[in-house]
Amino acid sequence: MTEKSRVGVIRDINGPIVTIELPGARSGELVKIGELGLFGEVIILRGSRALVQTYESTDGLRPGEPARGLGWPLSVELGPGLLGGIFDGVQRPLERIAAQSGDYIRRGISIAALDRAREWDFTPNPDLELGAPISAGLVLGTVPETPTITHRILVPPGVEGELEEIAPAGAYDIESVIARVRDRRGVSHRLRLYHRWPVRHARPYARRDDGVVPLITGQRVIDTFFPQIKGGKGAVPGPFGAGKTVVQQQIARWSNADIVVYVGCGERGNELVDVLETFPQLDDPYSGRKLMERTLLVANTSNMPVVAREASVYVGLSMAEYYRDMGYDVVMLADSTSRWAEALREVSGRLGQMPVEEGYPAYLASRLAAVYERAGRVETFGAGSGSVTLIGAVSPPGGDFSEPVTSHTKEIIETFWALSKELADARHYPSIDWVTSFSGHVKTAAEWWHKEIDPDWLKRRTDALALLARDAELSRIVNLVGPEALSDAQRWELEGAALIKEAVLQQSALDPVDTFCSPAKQYALLDLAITLYKRGAALIELGVPVTELQDLPLLARLRRLKSLYSSEQIEQIRAFRHDIDQAMEAIRIEYTKQNALDTQ
Amino acid sequence: MSIKEYRAAIEARGGLLVVKQIPNVAFGDRVRIEDHAGRIRNGQVIRTSDEEVLILVFEGTEDLDLENTWVRFLDEPVVIALSPEILGREFNGLGEPRDGRPPLLSNLRRPVGGSALNPAARTYPREFIQTGISTIDGLNSLVRGQKLPIFSGSGLPHNRLAAQIVRQARLKDEDSGFSVVFAAMGVSYADARFFREEFASSGVLRNVVMFINLADDPPVERLTLPRTALTAAEYLAFDLDRHVLVVMTDMTYYAEALREVATAKGDVPARKGYPGYLYSDLAEIYERCGRIHERHGSITMMPVVSMPSDDITHPIPDLTGYITEGQIVLSRELHNQGIYPPVHISPSLSRLMKDGIGKDDTREDHPRVASQIYSLYARAQETRNLASIIGADELSERDRRYLHFADAFDQRFVGQGETEDRSIEATLELAWELMSLFPRDMLSRMKESDLAKYYKEGD
Repeated sequence: MTEKSRVGVIRDINGPIVTIELPGARSGELVKIGELGLFGEVIILRGSRALVQTYESTDGLRPGEPARGLGWPLSVELGPGLLGGIFDGVQRPLERIAAQSGDYIRRGISIAALDRAREWDFTPNPDLELGAPISAGLVLGTVPETPTITHRILVPPGVEGELEEIAPAGAYDIESVIARVRDRRGVSHRLRLYHRWPVRHARPYARRDDGVVPLITGQRVIDTFFPQIKGGKGAVPGPFGAGKTVVQQQIARWSNADIVVYVGCGERGNELVDVLETFPQLDDPYSGRKLMERTLLVANTSNMPVVAREASVYVGLSMAEYYRDMGYDVVMLADSTSRWAEALREVSGRLGQMPVEEGYPAYLASRLAAVYERAGRVETFGAGSGSVTLIGAVSPPGGDFSEPVTSHTKEIIETFWALSKELADARHYPSIDWVTSFSGHVKTAAEWWHKEIDPDWLKRRTDALALLARDAELSRIVNLVGPEALSDAQRWELEGAALIKEAVLQQSALDPVDTFCSPAKQYALLDLAITLYKRGAALIELGVPVTELQDLPLLARLRRLKSLYSSEQIEQIRAFRHDIDQAMEAIRIEYTKQNALDTQ
Repeated sequence: MSIKEYRAAIEARGGLLVVKQIPNVAFGDRVRIEDHAGRIRNGQVIRTSDEEVLILVFEGTEDLDLENTWVRFLDEPVVIALSPEILGREFNGLGEPRDGRPPLLSNLRRPVGGSALNPAARTYPREFIQTGISTIDGLNSLVRGQKLPIFSGSGLPHNRLAAQIVRQARLKDEDSGFSVVFAAMGVSYADARFFREEFASSGVLRNVVMFINLADDPPVERLTLPRTALTAAEYLAFDLDRHVLVVMTDMTYYAEALREVATAKGDVPARKGYPGYLYSDLAEIYERCGRIHERHGSITMMPVVSMPSDDITHPIPDLTGYITEGQIVLSRELHNQGIYPPVHISPSLSRLMKDGIGKDDTREDHPRVASQIYSLYARAQETRNLASIIGADELSERDRRYLHFADAFDQRFVGQGETEDRSIEATLELAWELMSLFPRDMLSRMKESDLAKYYKEGD
């Protein structure tokens, strides 16, 4: 990074793609272009010419203006002060940019991601002695970044040697040297509270592990039906208006991760503002602190330059991996990976590369796979195990799941929450379709649920899904010949499925009681719905007409339970079982009496 | 760079002009072109190198010859002059007067391209706008700073609806209306006249600035028109502190013009021949609306998108829907039944509704009423389908109730007069009247307290 910068000259400007004459340029090198100093990245080399994708609008740029090669690739700053912040696609701090350049983002503005003026309370790792062997990922000390998150200051990857010096406890700004390490050749490295990392490279770790615990999101259809695990990768595809963003935001709000990285990639500005305005007010249900203290936003809204959109996903991933390396469970949400893919397409189109499907370049599938592979649960070098869970929203054109981005994503991920237009139109939210969605982690999740909540979890889940499958089948018949063609038992099955849908699957993000649902409450509701159905089915077998059961007020009451009692009021929810017992028993007695009379 | 004229055109095709070897021309700059007959055309640099400069000619390249075409680089981007006097005026896509009056004199000139609004400077939109239309106010509420398009089809009354909204839109408990920026791209003469007369007769004309490109005007000009109009809107909202309502019609013609130019440039097509950057391009336009911290004004946007062959999955409505904060969808079926405005509520949506309604903004039961109506209507639609197969007589009593509800809903709630300005209270009352066709127990999305207060017991 100390390498002297070289100066070249602009030759051609074609939208965001600028050709510069810069001998010795390296692929991936960062350049500053023109009098304005716009940032860009070298993507193709041709002789002494380099093709650069610029992260800012090139309006007003002229051939002949200078271009400077900076000698290093696109990198992020990693250190205390990231949490609670909002950054653009190349990690510029948007709040400080607003303070400096006003409401609109001035081009060529260059502000470092981390605040130089702020001081942090550093406590050195008490286990470290001078002369101790040092390697990447070792914890040098800690800084309380927020009241809940202890920031572990790590030895950056690539540094190895023995400890020459470590700073005593005290307040330091991020540029202060807090340790010196002498490497094998006798060269001394100065380590600070932060380091840089090239975003296109995955950060190293000691070992990759399998995920073992589910990520609890407080959303019934996710946790109970299509669970995700910590370190897993998933996708949320859906046409517009199906509720992708709400699903993503609910996960950001309620999941039991330590850190949430939310990448708004080519989406609406107002949605990010929603997060920015509401998260500082919302409480984290696990720590009781404000949600913003564990959240980090990367924003490249749809009107911001398209090339920075491509970078934003890598910028977000690098920061997520950095917290993972401290031993934290991180969830990264990317909304939307389709916009990321379109940025790839736009650049490849400008470069005249051969398109394969719908204009996308041939490397779409491999790039997508490489992005998702950066998720996972790992054993870090020095901070125990940590994980990155990556959940990408997909915006298929016309809601067609067979399009390239959705279909390639589907090959890579393990959890697929397919949003349905039909459900959304009926305001059934979250509109996760139980027929097309899947989770590869049901077995792992079952172990956890059986141990923590109830040994019958898997059985109940299977019962519910079976009932929903029957519902789909019977609905087809009803649509052809009407409900009168069904037997009472079949009509009760439809009623049971409706109960599952309304009492369990539907969950309102806007209802303060229902927006978060603890695993215990999730199970209690599911158990009640199945129990009610089964008790009813038994009565119908005895000959009780279905209409008698359909009119029970019990059904409407069960539908309201979720918003009547919070996750803390499990006992009140469980008590509903007695009501079921009573009502069903009354019908049974009544009916046997009736029967006895009839037969006399 | 001195402003010189060059006669160096080497190629002209589909709205594009190539000139050779003019050094140091800035990307995006404005160009003046004089043809053999002495007519002046306007253009913009869309690719530049020392060897070749590619120019987009707004008036098109028809009738140009390479020998006698003089090109002048103006050394500035495409700009528009701004002053409070723009209100009441009519311009073309380049900000030149169309109303026969002299051009605007002002030192304030802004590039029409705009720049990206910093998300950290935005304020979340949350002030309910009463449009007086039940399907919008009650079920898909609009808030100040939102972009809510009308998805329509040819022959449907989207223009009448847009005009009615312009006439009626106001904040609850506030009398002051909006300043209106009206951007017409590729519309017919009759449509333009309809709006002009509509604005004049409702007395809003002096609060309206119009940017008009008719169907027989050069299509390339449609590419700058929304940008010019939005630069004016930004000026009115954020310099003059006004609340601005931008009506743009018809975004489909804009996108078609974009495709025309992209094809001429040889851009790689993505879907249906539209370029891969259609999304980013539309977003540059739509995202210019919103609210900003510590600024009084706001930009609310209602673009009209006509869906080719009524297909909502067509790239233009599809990509629009991914950018805008919801959509109001018009239905040919309702229109054919004589229902106005024919708003099809099932696919309609307002994403920003949640924070603009409820206890402090409209009424405490509003969010649940909307949710309940949607749920009942969805079920009613299923019942309608069923009835069309097995006949209404075969339906259970329960199902017949749904059918009755659906008909009453379409006629009374969706349908309203073109001059009927319903208050939000009237809309909610009507909703309760319709919901009360069902027994209390079936309204599972309502709270007990709502039912106690608003449910209308039958006779």
